[in-house]
Amino acid sequence: MKITVKLFATLRTGRFKAESREYAPGTTVAGVARELNIPREELALILINGRSAEPDSELSDGDTLSLFPPVGGG
Amino acid sequence: MGVYAGKILRVNLTTGAVATEPLPAEKAKLFLGGRGLAGRMLAEEIPAGIDPLGPENKIFFATGPLTGSAAPTGGRYMVVTKSPLNNVIASSNSGGFWGAELKFAGYDMVVVEGKAKEPVYIYVKDDTVEIRPAARFWGMQTNETVDALLAEVGDNRARVLNIGPAGEKLSLIAAVMNDRWRAAGRSGVGAVMGSKNLKAIVVRGSGKVEAANPEKYKEVTGAALKKIRENGVTGEGLPAYGTAILVNIINENGIYPTRNFQEGVFAGAEATSGETLAEKYLKKKDPCFRCPIACGRYCEVDGEEGGGPEYETIWAFGADCGVSDLPSIIKANNVCNEMGLDTISAGATIAAAMELYQRGLIKPEELDGPELVWGSGEAIIEWTRKMGRAEGFGARLALGSARLCELYGAPELSMTVKKLELPAYDPRGVMGHGLQYATANRGGCHVRGYLISPEILGSPQALDRFALEGKAEWAKIFQDLTSVIDSLGVCLFTSFPLGAQDYADLYNAATGESLTAEELLACGERIFNNERLFNLQEGYSAADDTLPRRLLAEPMPEGPTKGHVHLLDKLLPEYYRLRGWDADGVPTAEKKQALGL
Ligand code: SF4
Repeated sequence: MKITVKLFATLRTGRFKAESREYAPGTTVAGVARELNIPREELALILINGRSAEPDSELSDGDTLSLFPPVGGG
Repeated sequence: MGVYAGKILRVNLTTGAVATEPLPAEKAKLFLGGRGLAGRMLAEEIPAGIDPLGPENKIFFATGPLTGSAAPTGGRYMVVTKSPLNNVIASSNSGGFWGAELKFAGYDMVVVEGKAKEPVYIYVKDDTVEIRPAARFWGMQTNETVDALLAEVGDNRARVLNIGPAGEKLSLIAAVMNDRWRAAGRSGVGAVMGSKNLKAIVVRGSGKVEAANPEKYKEVTGAALKKIRENGVTGEGLPAYGTAILVNIINENGIYPTRNFQEGVFAGAEATSGETLAEKYLKKKDPCFRCPIACGRYCEVDGEEGGGPEYETIWAFGADCGVSDLPSIIKANNVCNEMGLDTISAGATIAAAMELYQRGLIKPEELDGPELVWGSGEAIIEWTRKMGRAEGFGARLALGSARLCELYGAPELSMTVKKLELPAYDPRGVMGHGLQYATANRGGCHVRGYLISPEILGSPQALDRFALEGKAEWAKIFQDLTSVIDSLGVCLFTSFPLGAQDYADLYNAATGESLTAEELLACGERIFNNERLFNLQEGYSAADDTLPRRLLAEPMPEGPTKGHVHLLDKLLPEYYRLRGWDADGVPTAEKKQALGL
């Protein structure tokens, strides 16, 4: 299945900004993070199609997955 | 008294009287300092109904107990006055170095009353205080003013707080500037200085701020510093990208207000993001006094340098005006700093003007400048300049979005609460944050109870952003805690790693008091209610605790927040109940008594 993966802030270093990538059905967010070598503690915020998700959330074909390190401001 | 200077400086510009008075110690225990203490004094000292731009209004420049101390980020101060934008109690916070310097000069606050006949500035060097002529600085932009004043006082290390042309022209969205590009931005506080013919306050101090319990203070400030450094937001995100790191995440959630809140997703987000800013235009970080976080940016574009831009500024001139050209946004930010304009209100007012133009209410022939079309970089820069000088059509913009839209018979197009322009989060996708917009004492403001933190950023815990349950209570606690932080004189961003107990530890070691976290939060509640009572006296009521109709009635048209409106009426009754207010939003007699108000 095709997933659009978007990375932000420090997660881009040595990786990419946004890519359309192929994954096996049933892949979870944690699976994608593992494949991209993103350590657990750097993965603070997860959005699937703009809605908050968890590391064990399963992805579906066509999803957009956005991954953020800890961010804040005001 | 520990970290308090113990002294207030009072300057009457009508009579020329300069006096010092002791800090009211008992009141300081109840209202802490800064926003709290100055807010209480304002409420007691000015009668209801006065003209905010008349000599009867007073303006307080107030530090908190921790300002100038060894506390991390302890450089904040507050400008408290009656707002000319909306007649409520204004309290605009700023960082930089001026607040700490005032403390070093031996004062907890400066209160300015009356009105000078001619332009003046106030010079404070420890015990020497002079009211000096400022006619030759009148009309100058911020940087020019600072250079000229430093040359006149012959001391490069003095700290300057000033207004720009916008404050002189009484723009209702004029800021008070300090240290060149730090701003006490909101509520038109710069116009109050302008109305008093007060161009600047230059301060130099040689004293120290000593904690009541130095050993303990060293320990607790060290512990706070460690938490700040180890926290992902304050230790990594903010230092690397500044507040602009928020552009992408707010946009990804579909709550990034675009074209005057007509949409919630902006195609130009990546081009105007904190990541792009860091990659292309960031020259260096620009921290405030004793700040290990250093979220402040200093950027260069086309040979033009200056402080900023912040997230809110990037949004106001960017997405809100449909502009995706970051260089134009940086330049518009520089114009705001030079003119002494609040960047949120300036950008948001241009956004409202663009919608009025889109709908044919503002006619092309009225404009003595660039066409007000969405996405025009030229328009945001040039109209900000004209707004700052109140030139031509710019004079209308200088009134702020609410009055502008009223002039064109379309008040519903003004994205304001209590006439204060809303900041960069569409409440249709963040229920708690929207409740806080509706109930913040100064009007449409994000930093008086930043529920974006739990609703979007997962801190201190993640909350479902669309859920209603529990949000009223979160809003109350965040508002009360923020009242404490604002009154202590440290930066709100410390609240990512620190909690109520940490602030109590800092306060106790600094002052020699022994408040529990609950007692400190009760001070926050008292501070918040004092402001509420001020506003009620000025004629505000529950009917004003609302949001623009668009956000309550028009579902978000697209993106991850599609189909949602803000459900304010489902939240307000519970919020009032938790606050101990009656159905009309008035604090009950019991509540007032419990808080000693
Ligand atoms: S975090 Fe940013 S705004 Fe706060 S004190 Fe530090 S530099 Fe200033």
